[in-house]
Amino acid sequence: MLLYALRRLLYLVPVAFGVSLLVFALVHLAPGDPISAIVPPDAPHEVDDKLKEYYGFDKPLPVQYFRWLAVTLTGDLGTSIGTGRPVAAEVASAFGNTIILAIAATLFAFSLAVFLGTSAAYAKSRIVDRLVTMISLMGVSVPHFWLAIVLVIVFSVEMGVLPPMGIGPENSTGWRLDWPHLKHMILPTIALSVIPLGVVTRTVRSTVKETLSMEFVTALQAKGMRDDQILRHVLKNAAPTCLAVMGLQAGNLIGGSILIETVFAWPGTGFLLNSAIFRRDLPILQGTTLVLAGFFMLLNLTVDIIQTMVDPRIKRG
Amino acid sequence: MAIQSPTVDIAAALVRPTVASASRGYWPSVGRRLRRDPVTLICAGVLLLVVLSSIAAPLLGLADPYKTSMIRRLYPLGSPSHLLGTDELGRDMFARLIYGGRLSLFMGVMPVLCALLIGGALGITAGFVGGKVNMAIMRVMDVFYAFPSVLLAISLSGAMGAGTENTLLSLTLVFIPPICRVSESVTTQVRGFDFVDAARASGASALTIVRVHVLGNVLGPILVYATSLISVAIILAAGLSFLGLGVKPPEPEWGLMLNTLRQAIYVNPVLAALPGVMIFITSICFNLMSDGLRAAMDVKA
Repeated sequence: MLLYALRRLLYLVPVAFGVSLLVFALVHLAPGDPISAIVPPDAPHEVDDKLKEYYGFDKPLPVQYFRWLAVTLTGDLGTSIGTGRPVAAEVASAFGNTIILAIAATLFAFSLAVFLGTSAAYAKSRIVDRLVTMISLMGVSVPHFWLAIVLVIVFSVEMGVLPPMGIGPENSTGWRLDWPHLKHMILPTIALSVIPLGVVTRTVRSTVKETLSMEFVTALQAKGMRDDQILRHVLKNAAPTCLAVMGLQAGNLIGGSILIETVFAWPGTGFLLNSAIFRRDLPILQGTTLVLAGFFMLLNLTVDIIQTMVDPRIKRG
Repeated sequence: MAIQSPTVDIAAALVRPTVASASRGYWPSVGRRLRRDPVTLICAGVLLLVVLSSIAAPLLGLADPYKTSMIRRLYPLGSPSHLLGTDELGRDMFARLIYGGRLSLFMGVMPVLCALLIGGALGITAGFVGGKVNMAIMRVMDVFYAFPSVLLAISLSGAMGAGTENTLLSLTLVFIPPICRVSESVTTQVRGFDFVDAARASGASALTIVRVHVLGNVLGPILVYATSLISVAIILAAGLSFLGLGVKPPEPEWGLMLNTLRQAIYVNPVLAALPGVMIFITSICFNLMSDGLRAAMDVKA
């Protein structure tokens, strides 16, 4: 087991190298050079050159890459061009807010998905099954940023019961566990959870249904086991597949939150990324992308290892 | 988004071990099954309507979607001169929604098509050649898989700047890896069948084997998978425009319209939600059609 985890971690090294290359390339995909955003167009060439030298943009690309990599590995993600603050600090504070929202949406989506999926698989009547299939189809088809707007229209504009944006009441400095802050979380959480809800419901339904048709279930029934005890066996067998899909969805949720955070002005990484794009703040863009991709990789690794741990049938050779 | 669902499982379920000669009766039977599937037929009809009306938009006698009018801003739905009201600059909403389909559909379908060509070619090559080539191609794809797809699309578009071409480019890049992965795993399975060995033993060149024996068996599953990506692509493209990273104003496009109409949610909320309804309808239809196609092609003959 430990050996497997180590090997997976080792395998992550070349991928991480590729990711760093891609993130580094982001800055050079940008039209013009990276500092043109901060230098007024009529500035003398000396200023331009000085800044290029200061940021190291005058060196050849491979040199720039390895210098950037060396600095990045120490945890220094550079300085924001827009605010002059270190990128690492900006990303760290935003990342916390994103994670809070992501955890809430994940919990909500997964518990609901397990309930819906299981009841659809168990349903004797076609109506329940159809309804759940319908819900999961809606979940994967709805543009979630549009749903966010609709939620704001219904609950904030029309009914006025929930706040339309922000992380907490005015003059709130950060997230706290109290009712006013939780109230601000409700709408973004729902909007963020629709996609994973759709995908996971679909998976749970098909996996549970498949497990139910297995012979051991018939054997347990023949043995006279109570239904709720059989359910436990079924869920245990369906868990690994569902877990894998859930893990992927949890990771994708963090990417998807960019749009939701923008709609709700939620001060997370997505909001940061979006504002960085419009200020042409490339260090922030680069830093945020790197941190999110790194997190996504680790999450996938964790899910993979957990899956191997809970499912003895998987033999990784 | 759903594009990182367990693609390999889907691919495995889709492969049918059929030989090249048996596929003569296959497509007609798929067509027969599709004709008996009312849901798929209705969705295809709706999509056809949306596609045709957006293509033929200039011929429909609609109002000018670019003509602004400061005194006619944000007319409600059902106004006599403007059936679906007017937007924040007084442009006719009905015309803009119809015209909007042109860019929105294009931006959803085009990247998937491009990715299908590139990713499919890469995946089939990787699966057929195997060994080091497979290793090289698939490890590069793994790098792209290390990003959540939405993040990758937004970061790429954000770095390259707004614009239709840049959006197309970044979306294509996002969809190449999943298509490549499915193509690779399907091809690897087909390569293991006896008829491939038989063809090789009879002296067929690699290219002939791919063209005659492999392509016919892998194209179906790959196509089905690609159609399931179209709805994701439409939502993602609209999302990019919504963030201001895709189509630039004043072009009519559903995502962009959602963005610019956000300021109107206190004045005319129903109007502000309309473009999203169009995205929702097309995306649902593409999803249902993809499901129908999968069901029609998946059955073991």
